[in-house]
Amino acid sequence: MTEPIISIDQVNHYFGSGNLRKQILYGITADVDPGEVVIMTGPSGSGKTTLLTLIGALRSTQEGSLKVLGEELRNSSEAQRVALRRNIGYIFQAHNLLNSLKAKQNVMMALEIHPHLSIKEQAEMAEEMLKAVGLEDRMNYYPDELSGGQKQRVAIARALVSNPKLVLADEPTAALDKKSGRDVVEIMRSLAKDRGSAIVMVTHDNRILDVADRLIHMEDGELESYDLETQAPPDKAIALG
Amino acid sequence: MLFAIPLAWLQLKRERMRLIIAIAGIGFAVFLMFVQLGFRDALFNSAIRLHENVNGDIMLISTRSNSLISIQNFPQRRLYGLLGVEGVDKISPIYVGFGLWKNPFWEGLPKSQTRQIMVLGIDPNDNIIGVEGFDDKARSLIRFQDQILFDKKSRAEFGPIPTKFPEYDKKGELITTEIADRKVKIAGLFELGASFGADGNTITSEANFLRIFTRRDKGDINIGVISLKPGADLYKALEGVKKSLPGKFTVNPTLKPEEAREDFVVGEMRVLSKKSFIEVERKYWQNSTAIGFIFTLGTVIGFVVGIVIVYQILYTDVTDHLSEYATLKAMGYKNRYLLKIVFQEALILSIMGYIPGYFLSLLMYTGTRNATALPLLMTTERGIFVLCLAITMCLVSGAIAVRKVQDADPADIF
Repeated sequence: MTEPIISIDQVNHYFGSGNLRKQILYGITADVDPGEVVIMTGPSGSGKTTLLTLIGALRSTQEGSLKVLGEELRNSSEAQRVALRRNIGYIFQAHNLLNSLKAKQNVMMALEIHPHLSIKEQAEMAEEMLKAVGLEDRMNYYPDELSGGQKQRVAIARALVSNPKLVLADEPTAALDKKSGRDVVEIMRSLAKDRGSAIVMVTHDNRILDVADRLIHMEDGELESYDLETQAPPDKAIALG
Repeated sequence: MLFAIPLAWLQLKRERMRLIIAIAGIGFAVFLMFVQLGFRDALFNSAIRLHENVNGDIMLISTRSNSLISIQNFPQRRLYGLLGVEGVDKISPIYVGFGLWKNPFWEGLPKSQTRQIMVLGIDPNDNIIGVEGFDDKARSLIRFQDQILFDKKSRAEFGPIPTKFPEYDKKGELITTEIADRKVKIAGLFELGASFGADGNTITSEANFLRIFTRRDKGDINIGVISLKPGADLYKALEGVKKSLPGKFTVNPTLKPEEAREDFVVGEMRVLSKKSFIEVERKYWQNSTAIGFIFTLGTVIGFVVGIVIVYQILYTDVTDHLSEYATLKAMGYKNRYLLKIVFQEALILSIMGYIPGYFLSLLMYTGTRNATALPLLMTTERGIFVLCLAITMCLVSGAIAVRKVQDADPADIF
C-alpha cells in the first residue's frame, strides 16, 4: 500500500474574521494516490479553488490535517510552504507566463529554484520538455507570439519540467477552443502518467472528464468522490459544463 | 548577484519605450546634478583662483576684510617688524583695486563701453603671482609708466584684446585704453581667468597702480605676502609673526585647534597660511552668500526629481508584472528574489541613465567654459559623486517601489 500523495482529513476553512467570518470548506476528507488523475468539479463558490490553494501550499491550513508530499500544512510557516511549492507543478487558468521571457526561458524559470542544476542542464531539460509538448520550433518565441493553446502547452512544460510528484491545474482549458483544450489535457495526462505525477485539476469542461481516474464533486464546501473506472460521472457534474 | 536568467534586464528591455523614457528621465536628473555641482565648484574655484596662484607662505590682511572683492587696506609699515622673524625671507605687498575699464575696440551701443576690472599692484622685483605669462620679462614691462598686463581669460566684454594684441605687437605698437580715466598701455598678456567677483584682471606695478587709483596712498596695501626661506618651518614662522605683531591675540572660536594655528588675529592684522587664505575666501562664498545654498538646493532638486521618475517607472513596472510575480511566488520563489529583481532594475536604470547624463554634462561644461571663462571642468571626484547620487537615487526609489511587490499574493492567481 503506497502512501497517498495528498491526504486531507477533516479540513475546515474560513474567510474573514469576527462577524464576517464565513466558512468555505466543511470537513473535507480525501486522499490522492501517486500518479492518479483527479478532476474536481462543482459550481462556482463551492470552494474548489480554495481547496486547490490549500493543497498548493498557497494558504495556511486552519483546521483539520492536510498532508502534501508527506508535509503537514496545518499551521505551517511561510518558509515551509515556499519550500513545498518548489515540488509542485502549477498550471493556471490564464497561462501566467512571464511576458519578457522566451518560451524556453519561461520553462527554465521552474528549474532555477533548484540550485543543483547548471544552466546547461536547465536549458537541456527545458528543450526536452518543450519537444514533449510539441513546441520544438517555438522555443525562442515570446508568449505574445504564441497562440492560446501553445501558451498553455508552455505552461504545462513549465509545470512538469522539474518532475514534480504533484501537478495542480485550475481550469487549464477555460481559455481554449475544443480541439486545443483536448490536446492540452491529453498532453498533460500522458506526460504525468509517464513521470508518475498525480494531477488535481479543477474544471468546468465536461468534454475532458474522461481523462480522469477519479472525479471529486464539490458543492457548498462539501465533497463527494466518484471512481470513474467503476462509476459514471454524476449528472450534476456534467450539467455544469 | 545575477541569476541564470537576468529577468530584471529582460523585463526592462521588453518595454523598450518605457526604458528609453526612464533613461531620459534619469539622464536629465544626472545632468541637473552635474550642472548644479559644476557651477558651484566653478564659482568656488574661480573665486580662489588668485589665492591659489599667489607665491607666498603667510598672508596678512586687514581684520576688516572678508573677501577679495571687498578687501580693505592697511598700512604697509605694520609689516616691517616681521622681517626679523626667523625663517622669513621677504615681505611683498599686493594692492587690490577695482576701476572702470574702457573697451578700446568698442563697437557702440547697445554694448557697454566700460566695465569694472580688478587691478593688482605688485612690486615688479618679486615673482609674487605664479600664473602663465607673468614672467621676468612681463615684470620688467610694467616698470614703465602706465604699462599694464591684461588677463587674456577675462570676459569678452573687455574687448578682443587677446586677438588684437599680437597684431599690434607685430606692428610694434601697444593697445591704449583707460582704467578709471587713466590712460594705460597693454604691455603683455597673462592667464588667470574671470571669477564671479571679478570679470577681468590686470596686473601692474605699485607705482602704476597708485597712478590709476589716485586716492590710494603709497603704503596702503591690501595683502602682505610673506615668503619663507627654503626649508623654514611654517608653524614656527607663524608663531614668530604672532609674537612680533602688536595688539591682542584672538582666534575664531569655531575653528578647530589645528585650523586656528594658521588663521588668527593679532591686533588689526589677520594672519593666514596660504591654505587658510584660500579656505577663508572659499568659505565666504560658500557660507556667507546665497550662491552655495542655491546650487546645493539645485542638486537636491535634481536628486528628488530623479527619485520621483525612477519610482514612477519601477512602480508601473511592478504593477504590470504583479501577476507574473505572484506566479513566481506560487512556483516557490521567495520574496527576496523579487526584491532583488526590483533593485537590479533600479541599479541598471541608474547606470544606464548616468551615461547619457554624463556626456551631456561634459558637452554643457565645455560650452559654458567657452562662453563664460569659468573653470567648469569634469573632475573624477564629481563624476563618482554624481554616480553615487544616481545609484542612491534609484535605490531609494526601489526601496519605495518594492512595497508593491508584497502585494503579489500567489493565492489570488488560482
